[in-house]
Amino acid sequence: MSSALSAIKILQPLPLPTTTTRFPENPVLEPLKSNSSFLGSTHKLRFNSLKPSSSSQRRSAVVAVSDVVKEKKLKSNSSLANLITKEEGLELYEDMVLGRAFEDMCAQMYYRGKMFGFVHLYNGQEAVSTGFIKLLKKEDSVCSTYRDHVHALSKGVPARSVMSELFGKATGCCRGQGGSMHMFSKDHNLLGGFAFIGEGIPVATGAAFTSKYKREVLKQADCDHVTLAFFGDGTCNNGQFFECLNMAALWKLPIVFVVENNLWAIGMSHLRATSDPEIWKKGPAFGMPGVHVDGMDVLKVREVAKEAITRARRGEGPTLVECETYRFRGHSLADPDELRDPAEKARYAARDPIMALKKYMTANNLASEAELKAIDKKIDELIEDAVEFADASPLPPRSQLLENVFADPKGFGIGPDGKYRCEDPKFTEGTAQV
Amino acid sequence: MFGIVRRRIGFGASHASILDRCLHGIRPALSTSRCYSTAGKEMTVREALNSALDEEMSADPKVFLMGEEVGEYQGAYKISKGLLEKYGPERVLDTPITEAGFTGIGVGAAYYGLRPVIEFMTFNFSMQAIDHIINSAAKSNYMSAGQISVPIVFRGPNGAAAGVGAQHSQCYAAWYASCPGLKVLAPYSSEDSRGLLKAAIRDPDPVVFLENELLYGESFPVSAEVLDSSFSLPIGKAKIEREGKDVTITAFSKMVGYALKAAEILAKEGISAEVINLRSIRPLDKPTINASVRKTNRLVTVEEGFPQHGVGAEICTSVVTESFGYLDAPVERIAGADVPMPYAANLERMAVPQVEDIVQAAKRACYRSVPIAAAA
Repeated sequence: MSSALSAIKILQPLPLPTTTTRFPENPVLEPLKSNSSFLGSTHKLRFNSLKPSSSSQRRSAVVAVSDVVKEKKLKSNSSLANLITKEEGLELYEDMVLGRAFEDMCAQMYYRGKMFGFVHLYNGQEAVSTGFIKLLKKEDSVCSTYRDHVHALSKGVPARSVMSELFGKATGCCRGQGGSMHMFSKDHNLLGGFAFIGEGIPVATGAAFTSKYKREVLKQADCDHVTLAFFGDGTCNNGQFFECLNMAALWKLPIVFVVENNLWAIGMSHLRATSDPEIWKKGPAFGMPGVHVDGMDVLKVREVAKEAITRARRGEGPTLVECETYRFRGHSLADPDELRDPAEKARYAARDPIMALKKYMTANNLASEAELKAIDKKIDELIEDAVEFADASPLPPRSQLLENVFADPKGFGIGPDGKYRCEDPKFTEGTAQV
Repeated sequence: MFGIVRRRIGFGASHASILDRCLHGIRPALSTSRCYSTAGKEMTVREALNSALDEEMSADPKVFLMGEEVGEYQGAYKISKGLLEKYGPERVLDTPITEAGFTGIGVGAAYYGLRPVIEFMTFNFSMQAIDHIINSAAKSNYMSAGQISVPIVFRGPNGAAAGVGAQHSQCYAAWYASCPGLKVLAPYSSEDSRGLLKAAIRDPDPVVFLENELLYGESFPVSAEVLDSSFSLPIGKAKIEREGKDVTITAFSKMVGYALKAAEILAKEGISAEVINLRSIRPLDKPTINASVRKTNRLVTVEEGFPQHGVGAEICTSVVTESFGYLDAPVERIAGADVPMPYAANLERMAVPQVEDIVQAAKRACYRSVPIAAAA
């Protein structure tokens, strides 16, 4: 098991390169040396808390931001529950339960044949989606991968729309034309839904570019929209990732690169595929802060997300956030998931983000068991309703096949009678949009 | 646009009505005092493209240009000369050498309604970005059911240049034209370049705009009509460059020039060739091609790219399906040689269609020449 050994070797305490000393003389990057608690904490904590662990193939040591959170709590003399308010807590809980219940229902529906094709479920990673997306405004955008159902839900796409889309019905968010891997919503600024890993990163960078362009060229002074790009550990070895880290930092784009490092790219372990598995380190190499956070803890994710999103909104440029997380199910519903060690799965199952938040909220008297159970029930009913809605919805009509290929349907060319084909009323047999 | 019709009086009269109908509603406002003189300025293709970009960027602040060397270098082929000075670095962006990255950034910006013009130094480099051209640009309007359209233009030189070797000489017309969701344009003259680039930038869908490096320096006469800043040509309409009655020759980009020269030669031998400048590879103007073949009964397709699954193959299929009974001879397909482009000048000449090849093919179609074995 040479890979495990070499992995452990990498995880030894490192001689301390820090985000601040990497650029000692460059005045452009002076902000990195500021005393903002964000970077300061990363600097302070990153290497003090690193412990090599021999038994696991992965660092299970204390992760950077948790200490910040503890420090914050100790500094302030008020109660421990000032990290989130009750309303915020309930919102986070509801969003995570929605994601989990939805994905579980997807699995059921898939095995009953109502859903088909490629379906990639997000169970276990809810803290990342909820922790980040719940901090966004409606105008901010999210760009995802094929594991996008929960990003869509967190961003506000109704469960009914997503479920219908998965069933391939005309009432889906993309009228059944996109499918599981291609969730788009213009209203909610969800930019997809891409099957190719790494494909969403440049698109997200382009959305961030647009935000900056609108402010500087189109003079919309209040345009401070931020973009979040979600992608996995496998993507971090892809060329487009690095190209975009470079350009985002070069042009100081308002984007946060969120790595959902769940350690596995289908059956390829992150440690077998990556020369240096610590992804957060790739940020400073391009001139942006790189942060590692415990992605199974929604409160920690939220703290980091707040800083990163605020940074972007202020115009200070991108951040790379690596969230250590885990997917409880296989890569997709077609994946037998035989390569992952059951002990590893059990370890992460014990860190279930929903359970963790539940414990936190009840322990700090933010909510009672009954209130949380009520939310569970509400979500169950919501999901049931979504399934019924999707079931009852019609399949797309035949005429929909040729629709939406072009925004300007003259792109279908000229028909034999010399008129544009789209002008022939029989072309789509009934509907006006082509 | 009406100027074009009249300029070709004697050539294009029969197609006026179709043109009129298609041009209706696009840009009708032209002052009647403008004269449609055929004489007037000459303009190189380079100047035509530059002026089209300039005017569109001036008219709409959402249009911006992104690519390698487009700014300070004034454009690798000087197409974007002067634009950086005029519009500033926020709208004329020099990128690092990251095709996949900056093409994707362009697509993401287009999702939000900006109108990027992405320049590839040559379309060979677009292969590094082809995932974004096809998967995130061409297919997005469909996948999102019309929510997200992508008003982007991908432009750059395409096809063979002179002595640049195998990796810099491929023609991508057939590749891009096979993909639904894209529009693919190939201008020939300055008028084509101006009109089609403006149409492409104004179009709400992704457009692949295939220029030709060897045409950049060529001069063509342009009417005042063409010089007007509201000028544009419709996408999906071919142009009859030369009317004839014996054989139809279709071509695009540089090959139009060759076809016209071949038509001159053929005219001296008593064969009247009709030359169609396709202008739009996707959508292909099949009605114009078929109408022409029904008139002449013979067809020669000319293209520079590789023969298999090329543009000529698609044209042939269209004609065989729709005008089979009108064909008096097998369709002749002239394409580049089925080899990666060689470097040596004499081999390169053999790998690309020459005027002689077009003349021979037309003669074969007219049964004036012995059929030869399949061209290499």
